[in-house]
Amino acid sequence: MVKHEQESTNRPDNTAFTQQRLPAWQPMLSAGIVIPGFLIIGAAFIGIGVALFVTSQSIQVLEIDYTGDDKTAPCYKCIAPNQKNCQCQISFSLNSTFKGPVFFYYALSNFFQNHRRYGVSKDDNQLFGDTSYFTSPSSSCSPYQYDSSNKPIVPCGSVANSMFSDTFQLYQVVNGTNKLVPWDGQGIAWWTDYSIKYRNPSVTPLQNAFNNTVKPINWTKPAYELDPTDSSNNGFINQDFLVWMRRAALPNFRKLYRRITQGDYAQGLPAGNYLLNINYSYPVVDFGGRKKVVLSNVSWMGGKNDFLGIAYLVIGSLCVVMSVVMLIVYAKFKFPDEE
Amino acid sequence: MSFFGLDCVRKRERELERKLRANDREFNLSFKYATNAIKTSKYNLFTFLPLNLFEQFQRIANAYFLFLLVLQVIPQISSLSWFTTVVPLVLVLTVTAAKDATDDINRHRSDNQVNNRKVQVLIDRKLRSEKWMNVQVGDIIKLENNQFVTADILLLSSSEPLNLVYIETAELDGETNLKVKQALPVTGDLGDDVEKLADFNGEVLCEPPNNRLDRFKGALTCDGQKHPLDNEKVLLRGCTLRNTEWCFGLVLFGGPETKLMQNCGKSTFKRTSIDRLMNVLVLCIFVFLGFMCTILAAGNSVWENNQGSNFTVFLPRQDGNSAAFTAFLTFWSYVIILNTLVPISLYVSVEIIRLGNSFYIDWDRKMYYARSDTPAEARTTTLNEELGQIKYIFSDKTGTLTQNIMTFNKCSINGKCYGDVFDYTGQRIEITEHTERVDFSFNPLSDPRFVFHDHALVEAVKLQSPEVQAFFRLLGLCHTVMAEEKREGELHYQAQSPDEGALVTAARNFGFVFRSRTPDSICIVEMGQQRSYELLAILDFNNVRKRMSVIVRSPEGKLCLYCKGADTIIYERLHPSCSKLMDVTTEHLNEFAGEGLRTLVLAYKDLEEEYFTQWQRRHHEASTTLDDREARLDQLYEEIETGLMLLGATAIEDKLQDGVPQTIEQLSKADIKIWVLTGDKQETAENIGYSCNLLREEMNDVFIISGNSPEDVREELRHARTSMKPDAADTEPMPGRTLGKGVKVIADEAVNGEYGLVINGPSLAYALERRMELDFLRTACMCKSVICCRVTPLQKAQVVQLVKKYKQVVTLAIGDGANDVSMIKEAHIGVGISGQEGMQAVLSSDYTFAQFRFLQRLLLVHGRWSYLRMCKFLSYFFYKNFTFTFVHFWFAFFCGFSAQTVYDEWFITLYNLMYTALPVLGMSLFDQDVNDAWSFQHPQLYVPGQLNLYFNKKAFFKCALHSCYSSMVLFFVPYAAMQDTVRDDGKDVADYQSFALLTQTCLMFTVSIQLGLEMWYWTAVNTFFVLGSLAMYFAVTFTMYSNGLFLILPSAFPFIGTARNSLNQPNIWLTILLTSTLCILPVVTYRFLLIQLCPTINNQVMFKVRQAKASPPPLPRRARIRRTSSRRSGYAFSHAQGYGDLVTSGRFLRRPAMSRSAAFTHVGRATGFSPMGRSAGYSPTGRPQNAKAPDVEVTSLQMYRTINDPAL
Repeated sequence: MVKHEQESTNRPDNTAFTQQRLPAWQPMLSAGIVIPGFLIIGAAFIGIGVALFVTSQSIQVLEIDYTGDDKTAPCYKCIAPNQKNCQCQISFSLNSTFKGPVFFYYALSNFFQNHRRYGVSKDDNQLFGDTSYFTSPSSSCSPYQYDSSNKPIVPCGSVANSMFSDTFQLYQVVNGTNKLVPWDGQGIAWWTDYSIKYRNPSVTPLQNAFNNTVKPINWTKPAYELDPTDSSNNGFINQDFLVWMRRAALPNFRKLYRRITQGDYAQGLPAGNYLLNINYSYPVVDFGGRKKVVLSNVSWMGGKNDFLGIAYLVIGSLCVVMSVVMLIVYAKFKFPDEE
Repeated sequence: MSFFGLDCVRKRERELERKLRANDREFNLSFKYATNAIKTSKYNLFTFLPLNLFEQFQRIANAYFLFLLVLQVIPQISSLSWFTTVVPLVLVLTVTAAKDATDDINRHRSDNQVNNRKVQVLIDRKLRSEKWMNVQVGDIIKLENNQFVTADILLLSSSEPLNLVYIETAELDGETNLKVKQALPVTGDLGDDVEKLADFNGEVLCEPPNNRLDRFKGALTCDGQKHPLDNEKVLLRGCTLRNTEWCFGLVLFGGPETKLMQNCGKSTFKRTSIDRLMNVLVLCIFVFLGFMCTILAAGNSVWENNQGSNFTVFLPRQDGNSAAFTAFLTFWSYVIILNTLVPISLYVSVEIIRLGNSFYIDWDRKMYYARSDTPAEARTTTLNEELGQIKYIFSDKTGTLTQNIMTFNKCSINGKCYGDVFDYTGQRIEITEHTERVDFSFNPLSDPRFVFHDHALVEAVKLQSPEVQAFFRLLGLCHTVMAEEKREGELHYQAQSPDEGALVTAARNFGFVFRSRTPDSICIVEMGQQRSYELLAILDFNNVRKRMSVIVRSPEGKLCLYCKGADTIIYERLHPSCSKLMDVTTEHLNEFAGEGLRTLVLAYKDLEEEYFTQWQRRHHEASTTLDDREARLDQLYEEIETGLMLLGATAIEDKLQDGVPQTIEQLSKADIKIWVLTGDKQETAENIGYSCNLLREEMNDVFIISGNSPEDVREELRHARTSMKPDAADTEPMPGRTLGKGVKVIADEAVNGEYGLVINGPSLAYALERRMELDFLRTACMCKSVICCRVTPLQKAQVVQLVKKYKQVVTLAIGDGANDVSMIKEAHIGVGISGQEGMQAVLSSDYTFAQFRFLQRLLLVHGRWSYLRMCKFLSYFFYKNFTFTFVHFWFAFFCGFSAQTVYDEWFITLYNLMYTALPVLGMSLFDQDVNDAWSFQHPQLYVPGQLNLYFNKKAFFKCALHSCYSSMVLFFVPYAAMQDTVRDDGKDVADYQSFALLTQTCLMFTVSIQLGLEMWYWTAVNTFFVLGSLAMYFAVTFTMYSNGLFLILPSAFPFIGTARNSLNQPNIWLTILLTSTLCILPVVTYRFLLIQLCPTINNQVMFKVRQAKASPPPLPRRARIRRTSSRRSGYAFSHAQGYGDLVTSGRFLRRPAMSRSAAFTHVGRATGFSPMGRSAGYSPTGRPQNAKAPDVEVTSLQMYRTINDPAL
């Protein structure tokens, strides 16, 4: 026996793995699976599609373009260059209640926040509150790394420099008087952004951290003074700044400006006339961009988007059609044939 | 392999001639000859890193990635972080370096082992044991029996008479028979006298190192006399000393300068057709990449001019670059981004898959041969998928199809047939390993390895039936076998042809033991009684005579002529009184021939003293005359070999290897054409062709081309073609595609029915000539099987070359001997049968195993699976990477052609390495359409591989289109779904990071499901890989986007929080579902309809398997194929020419015959005994004759252990 074993020292092991006999499941695209599968998928998709479509239809959206490139437009006067503190008003009316909570967005089009050179033009370490990067910002910020007098720009880079600067006030016109619609500028950015990703340097007062630096060239006020009403909403964790810094994926985008969640309007904007006051300062006409404000409410599926619902409906229907076609083909050819 | 080692040698100035002096190290050292140390390793500890890196960067893929890396460090261009390229590159370099390092360590080890072998060297007048590597040119060394020859040495003296030594050259040229070398008398006189040897101061002047094994030129000067030296006096490194107690030699060439080392050049690097296709595709991809980048750069230029220049308010151009320059930079930026079209991991994965599939071959128990304990081995690990595409097999015969073992199987004595076993009802019983054997213990001299099953014959011998006795006496006397009796009763026969060995052994076992011979006597033990017959003449065998006779005088003084030969020849010379017996014997002969046995007819004739004396006188006269000697002798032979009395016939089985006919049948069902290229004679080859199913009775026709002039051959080829396909006679070959160098591919021509072709040696030589090769090729390729006889090794290679040249097919050559090396190297795939004739074939082969029948498993199972897997791998791999990359292309139109990536950089880095590597590897290592049993059941499954159906340019193009569709879905669906929408809490969701996450998640799902569609065989491992990779994707993504990692390196992980914030949104998941469904459903529909409308063979068999729901019954073991043919095997000696003259000369009867040798030496045979044919060793069962060394020879018990081979 021993001899026998010695003789066969080279005999390969008899395992399922080495002999390629691992037990396996061998699925096949048989008619019994594919045709009912398509039917089920089709039905499910139609169901989801209907739900999505109905939901999407129930979301109210109001878009107001205020670019002002049209001579008749209220903001036409502001598009001339070198305007300072130009204001314009746009009035609109709601025929029915705009259910709350209402979100107020600004939207830009043809704006390439997703351009590679734009995207890299910032200094994550600086924005993380590392003061050593205040004095020498990353070279990726160039040409917004140092100003003409060679002082470091904080926050540096194109992204910060191009921060959206229009501001808005919304009034409800009630009996001829303008009643300010109160809104909330907090909670419009991601929690991870203002709690972790962006940080102010731990220097008090905050302003001291910015010594020997200059504000971005396009900015009117330094970072530590972005929100004069709330001292904790300043510096790199200012939520408007954070919303801007979360750059958009596509050249047409909207960004959350304010949430109307408080006071009289927490349940929504009642029907009536409204007046939107715009501090117009952000130039977009030069590059063919447009500016809009958007009022919208949301549902479980987020903002209004008809595409998903329609796509689900179309694909669901196609699946059903295909299953019928396949059934016909199968009935006609009957593979596999019993020989 | 030993590139660097050999290079160093070559760098020295060329040596024109070599001069050396025995025992004078100082003198010899002045020439700086190489010592005997060999170095096949490439690196040492210090040179490893630089050399290995240098080599690796010579590969185009690595160099390409290095180039990308350079691009990436240019900040203006860099569209990706450096780590996206560095991580994979380093990984690849490390893995390759590790593999190279282990290989080199193994080489170091084997070098060390060889270099440290011990040999006795004469130093300072004393014999000392020295390591091989310390042996120097000019040293005198002593070799002992069974030792390897240390270096190329000049033989000085030996223990054997006449200063002969016997060497085996198996490692050098694969021949196992012993060769004789002889020292010069002047050095031979030195003997083993150390003092004399130490005083020896001969000077050798010889040729410089070269690689010609068969030639040596030089001269030895000693004591002022010059002696010429030739190859007969030189022992080469790699040989083994046999049957020689000791010998002394003078080292001429050492180490790398030995002929052995000079011969081991780098073997040609073989590449598979998939490799070549891949190269073409990669080239196409590069062109395509350039094309895409150009489009994108142009787009960038347009964008910069129209929009970018206005957008400079927010995005100023760097250093005022112009739009055109930006576009130029963008081109390179996109080269970086789109590089994933040709990912470096492709090459690594391909290697891993091939390696894995090679391991399966090594591990396969069904390709393990228990009797010789040999597993199959994939010596080349890079050719696997080619095994699934073989169209032509070129096979050797002896040792490959047959075992090169002859067994005495049946005989007909005096009209009675022996050899079959019948049960009590009179039914013939199939002889298996379990059939009861005849017990030969009554005969102490019997060969225990001899097997016979019919007890009737041994009874007949015991009953002293005179015919039976005469029959075996003839077999014991009429032959040219040499006997060697090392110990009392332990006989070893040295036969020139295995047939003779088988006959003499049969006689031995049936009680007529041939014991010894001298030039003029033969001593046999007849039923225990020693008798010495006086050998009066040997009328030797040759091709024309086809018979041999001996004339002997029995101890009683009776003169008798014993003759054996081909039936047709002997029948003509029989005495009329035998006619009745003749009829019966003829019947038996037909029966034997029908079973594929090689037959001989035996006859005898009693001679009268007077007549013989007179004849002998004339014979003597004839053999001493000068003119027309041959003819006169022939006539004399003719005269005496008449009026013979028929004794009977023998039937020898040229034992086929197990399962050969079944294998050939299977392979031909798989549409593989089998050509047998054999050195044998036409009759023998034809016979084997029938018995191994290569030629069949059912075939429409078997053409035999045996023309003696080019015109005849051409005419015969044309005729054959006309009868196969009437309109194909004179038409030009169908215009196939043109290969490079203006060579046309000859398309296959369809014929009705099955045909076979047999072509003999001279005709083949004509057919292979340039102007006829096309005729030959066309005709041969129309036949199902082709047998070429009397083929030289060179012609074997030429035939393979011919097919390779004109047919775009994959060829495989299988053989076992040194004569097959050329074709094994020439064919796309070379297979060596191990454990038969030396190691040459094995060493030059790509795959080796012990039995021909394993070939069907290698091709139909391993090859097919490997091909299937590789093709699936490639098409899926290209799909997944194209899809991945094309998304960038679509995105470019929305990001100002700025070379912004769609995905997170970490995702780009890890996509090929981690997220999708294992599932596709899993598929490529485990996938199978149907299991091995079904693969054998349906050999047609092999055909798609031959036609290159699974992966070709069309499939690649389809793949790219599919990717194009998927990538559009992957980009535009998320685009539309995220456009202007927000999260359910009103915050942003269409930001870049969320979009990136969404797209990459969609991609992961899509490619994973697509892989699921590709996979036919879901093992637990596969499932784990697929699900595990998805899980890993999420785990890694969440980790990368976690607070912790961000806090460690804020700038490296900017995606913090994206996963948490996006993946909790229902619309994100709905988009993922929609995208993956939209990508997958059309594929499912298409495939389903394809299966319904035009099902492939795979589909059909898979459905059949499904219906059977169980493995098929194992292939019924075919009963022995019995033909009812009247074909008759010819005279079966496989050797070309007898050597009766040698026997009578006593030249190779060693010591005992010494005194006579001088007188009997024939001029023409001065080099000693070296049979022309194959090895002379003989073993009737089991073991191959070249049992490595006598000390490891198996005992009889081991021989007869019953082995149940699972493969049968």
